[in-house]
Amino acid sequence: MDKIPDNRAWWLVLPVFLLVAFSALIPLMTVVNYSVQDIFGPGQAYYVGTEWFKEVLTDQRLQDSLIRQFAFSGAVLLIQIPLGIGVALMMPKSGIKGSLCLILVAIPLLIPWNVVGTIWQIFARGDIGLFGWAVNQAGIDYNYTGDTVDAWLTVLLMDVWHWTPLVALLCYSGLRAIPEAFYQAAEIDRASKWAVFRYIQLPRLKSVLIIAVLLRFMDSFMIYIEPFVLTGGGPGSSTTFLSQTLTTMAIGQFDLGRAAAFSLIYFLIVLLISWLFFTAITHADKEK
Amino acid sequence: MAEIQLKSLAHSYSANPSGPGDYAIRQLDHVWHKGGAYALLGPSGCGKSTMLNIISGLVQPSEGEVLFDGKRVNELSPRDRNIAQVFQFPVVYDSMTVFENLAFPLKNNKVPAAKIKTRVQEIAEVLEIEDKLHKKAKNLTADEKQKVSMGRGLVREDVSAILFDEPLTVIDPQLKWKLRRKLKQIHEKFDITMVYVTHDQLEASTFADRIAVMYDGQVVQFGTPTELFEAPNHTFVGYFIGSPGMNILEVERCSGGVRFDSTELRLEPWQLDLLGAMTSENVKVGIRPEFIEISPVMSDDTYAAEVRDVEDLGTYKIVTVELGGQQMKVRQSEEFDAGIGSQVNLLFPAQWLMLYVDEFLVQEQQ
Repeated sequence: MDKIPDNRAWWLVLPVFLLVAFSALIPLMTVVNYSVQDIFGPGQAYYVGTEWFKEVLTDQRLQDSLIRQFAFSGAVLLIQIPLGIGVALMMPKSGIKGSLCLILVAIPLLIPWNVVGTIWQIFARGDIGLFGWAVNQAGIDYNYTGDTVDAWLTVLLMDVWHWTPLVALLCYSGLRAIPEAFYQAAEIDRASKWAVFRYIQLPRLKSVLIIAVLLRFMDSFMIYIEPFVLTGGGPGSSTTFLSQTLTTMAIGQFDLGRAAAFSLIYFLIVLLISWLFFTAITHADKEK
Repeated sequence: MAEIQLKSLAHSYSANPSGPGDYAIRQLDHVWHKGGAYALLGPSGCGKSTMLNIISGLVQPSEGEVLFDGKRVNELSPRDRNIAQVFQFPVVYDSMTVFENLAFPLKNNKVPAAKIKTRVQEIAEVLEIEDKLHKKAKNLTADEKQKVSMGRGLVREDVSAILFDEPLTVIDPQLKWKLRRKLKQIHEKFDITMVYVTHDQLEASTFADRIAVMYDGQVVQFGTPTELFEAPNHTFVGYFIGSPGMNILEVERCSGGVRFDSTELRLEPWQLDLLGAMTSENVKVGIRPEFIEISPVMSDDTYAAEVRDVEDLGTYKIVTVELGGQQMKVRQSEEFDAGIGSQVNLLFPAQWLMLYVDEFLVQEQQ
């Protein structure tokens, strides 16, 4: 078939272009705009080039909070992914028990984030919170408002409680999609439980696990409300993660230039790591 | 290797079977002898796969016993029965290479690595996939996958039996024939009990020494391909085996034989004696299209019938004739040239007239 050149066809791209412009480019350009200028007020803007970026990258406070952020997201993935798979494997396959389990597991996902923070704020208190009280009664000195390690563990525990269900639900749906024939063949081939998991279930969970890892990474890397409500970033700045540092900078100190530069770096980090995850996992089993 | 015996086996998929219709397998006794190559033949839904899954242990029978070498194995899992099964649709472990797939059952059995290597190589050569051994299984074509699937069944040396559940469904016809020969060779080489489920009579008779024909949850005949052809034990076997199937005529008793409409058929004296001893009114006579003769001359033994249709199949013709209100098919050579509507004289050789009472063959006592 001959192609007919007609440049008017470019107009057909317009709707997509507008959509992308409004959804991503224009809001992002505002940030870019701030990141390269020092703005004191209307009409008082000075172009500063990459100065903000240089400053931000060497800022000790931001570096610390970036390290904390990586530690937190790493811990979240290391705990929630295996735990989610485990929960999904233990859930009943079908019937009323299966449905009941699904609902029970899904409940934490339905709770608004600041409510989750509030729940744990009270739940983990040593005086009136059941969890904090019980731990203290068991003879362990626990105080999440005063002790750095306790605060960290509480934030992690809260996130595990809140988000492991998402991983579990994704894996559960992945497991249900495995045809019965594979289990039958494995039974005939006398595969051990471990071999069934390693060679049948895990490979077939790969696509849902990619989604789970990406979602959990992105969400945990941008976590804000829950630790903010629970610990307020403390004690000291031990649970102050990136977005809280950023918010303090942008709204608390009204340091828009630095905040904008940092926002862009933040965004690029999330993008880069998500891309790395995705490429690493999808390339791992390409034919050599 | 083992002898597999099914003792008054019955199976229903419903929890509270209320009648015979609820049963996938009805009251079945059967023995698969050690080292035989068997086919289990029957139409879709007759209970073939259920029977296979009961033997392998994937399905627990509702009633009856499964014995391996005389030992009850009902309670044993497929793993403990040490049985291999190849399914209708290929099941390959797609994260593994072909080699790893074939090695998997051996690895699970803790076979030493060197032994695994030679055994996998041997099976791969038989199945002609030795050049694919290091390919990822998920990148194979459908029939390569099925070969791998079959290979996993064949690779274990010590199995009680290998069960095949219509393994060649997804394979194209030319390769089908080749693989069937392969299986037969493997059977001759390793002398393992093999049971091959199929709904294709050609597949059954090329693979198996003896064929069990299943119909409606029962094994209605177990015999060599020749026996199934020459003396079908049940009207269903007559109809199902052969192409076209046996002519089955509904008849009534009359003095000196049986008749339909105004046509009387002469039966052998022993057939008449046995028929006389039975009371059922469900009487049928069967004769294969291959055994009906068309005589050029009319005589006392011939029946005048009208030609209704002639199908030329290239190497022979199938002639449909009508006699006394019933149609039947006759196989004739290419030379047959009577036109539609013309009269022919049919001859029914007495030794090929089969008498069925209540659908089962009336057989001469030895």
